[in-house]
Amino acid sequence: MQAVADNLILLGRFVLERIAAIGRSGMILMHAVIARPDPATSFPLLVRQLYSVGVLSMIIIVVSGLFIGMVLALQGYTILVDYGTEQAVGQMVALSLVRELAPVVTALLFAGRAGSALTAEIGLMKTTEQLSSMEMIGVDPLRRIIAPRFWAGLISLPILTMIFSAVGIWGGLLVGVEWLGIYEGSFWSNMQNSVDFFDDIGNGLIKSLVFGLVVTWVAVFQGYDSVPTSEGISQATTKTVVYSSLAILGLDFILTALMFGDL
Amino acid sequence: MDFFDDIIIDIKQLTFSRGERYICKNIDIRIPRGKVTAIMGPSGTGKTTLLKLIGGQLKPDSGSIFLDGDDIPRLGRSDLFDVREKMGMLFQSGALFTDMTVFENVAFPLRVHTKLPQDMVRDIVLMKLHAVGLRGAAELMPSELSGGMGRRVALARAIVLDPALVMYDEPFTGQDPIAMGVLVNLIKKLNQALGHSSIIVSHDIKETLSIADYIYILADASVIAHGTPEQLKRNDSEQVRQFMQGLPDGPVPFHFPAADYETELMEGC
Repeated sequence: MQAVADNLILLGRFVLERIAAIGRSGMILMHAVIARPDPATSFPLLVRQLYSVGVLSMIIIVVSGLFIGMVLALQGYTILVDYGTEQAVGQMVALSLVRELAPVVTALLFAGRAGSALTAEIGLMKTTEQLSSMEMIGVDPLRRIIAPRFWAGLISLPILTMIFSAVGIWGGLLVGVEWLGIYEGSFWSNMQNSVDFFDDIGNGLIKSLVFGLVVTWVAVFQGYDSVPTSEGISQATTKTVVYSSLAILGLDFILTALMFGDL
Repeated sequence: MDFFDDIIIDIKQLTFSRGERYICKNIDIRIPRGKVTAIMGPSGTGKTTLLKLIGGQLKPDSGSIFLDGDDIPRLGRSDLFDVREKMGMLFQSGALFTDMTVFENVAFPLRVHTKLPQDMVRDIVLMKLHAVGLRGAAELMPSELSGGMGRRVALARAIVLDPALVMYDEPFTGQDPIAMGVLVNLIKKLNQALGHSSIIVSHDIKETLSIADYIYILADASVIAHGTPEQLKRNDSEQVRQFMQGLPDGPVPFHFPAADYETELMEGC
């Protein structure tokens, strides 16, 4: 009987802690979103974060996009050539990239590259009392530290996703047209005929916007809420990558069902 | 002269707990204006917590903390940030912003709170850095400084807005004897020269006694003694004597509460 009661207490405590954490993360999101920006100070901070979160993630995004586009074209070709429809490789590469692979893979890479860095940076600022000292100087760290990082993530991810798609399609072109000898005219015209700007590119961008929100939210919250010890930061960084990857994959299914489910 | 004719901080019936444990319970502390007040006590008695309560970074369970008439626990978020402009705090670790140079660290409070022209900011920063003897280090990054230098830069940053109250969290911990002497002198001199009030949280008895005008000793979540250094040296309470003379055992036990020694050893047999 006692064991059951103990377990119930543990379960209750666990649930309460989760709910409290969700509440705290909501508060952080709210402060980051509604923080009144002061253009003179906020803009340079945002630009700096756009550089470290977005620009520095470019290399991994470009290289991955290139290889994924090349693999897609190669795999697509080997199947489609059996039916004599290898001209559709361009269409296949473009659609799978803009609808699905570009938003998801970019977001996953972004969580690993930029999300974990954000968490570790903010967590270390907390451990070394930089956040506290900023508070004591009379500057709200939620506005000064969290808000620019949050907006930088939200802005960067859709742009990185577009770059990923573009480079991926170029990779598909390299393999399909330059190597395997598909006629270039049909590669592009099939793509143009089948990819719709709003339905495919637009929906892909909406996905990446949602993923950008989730990844940066998780990353800044885990950093800000981390236990200020070396172990705490390592746990927070792990949680950022795990939670945001799971959220990306789960949300991707839901968004896909909403966007393309009625086909 | 009575110290308490003019007080800057008035703490009344302050209670703060973490879980089941009281960090402070119904304590009353008054900090005289323009003096150096030390809050001393063994580690883990909530001295740093007290500074965080004064800074409004933690909210007490009950009680009030008046800074010039503002009751800090009852201030809203934005009022609190305004009141903090009157305070400077030196953190134990220095807490310099690692992505800025020494100069930018000290200039930071000026840049966010004032609209002073660039050359005036430069002059003020150089004056404060000169006061702590580190004008030549202005362009270094915090990672290039030694621990003692880092703390002096943090001190320059804490006083750059000429606050009414400066709080020092364990300023002497982990310093070599020279750096310690430098800091002791600086704190005393700056307090006299700038006319602010200082609160030093510390357990370094010798250094603190040499500069404090008034001392509070905290233990077991309450104030066990207070007075001028001379009064405390004459205090004959056993608990105070143990702390002031650094005796390993006494009312504050050397051993963390544990089961009976012999019984525990015999358990393995």
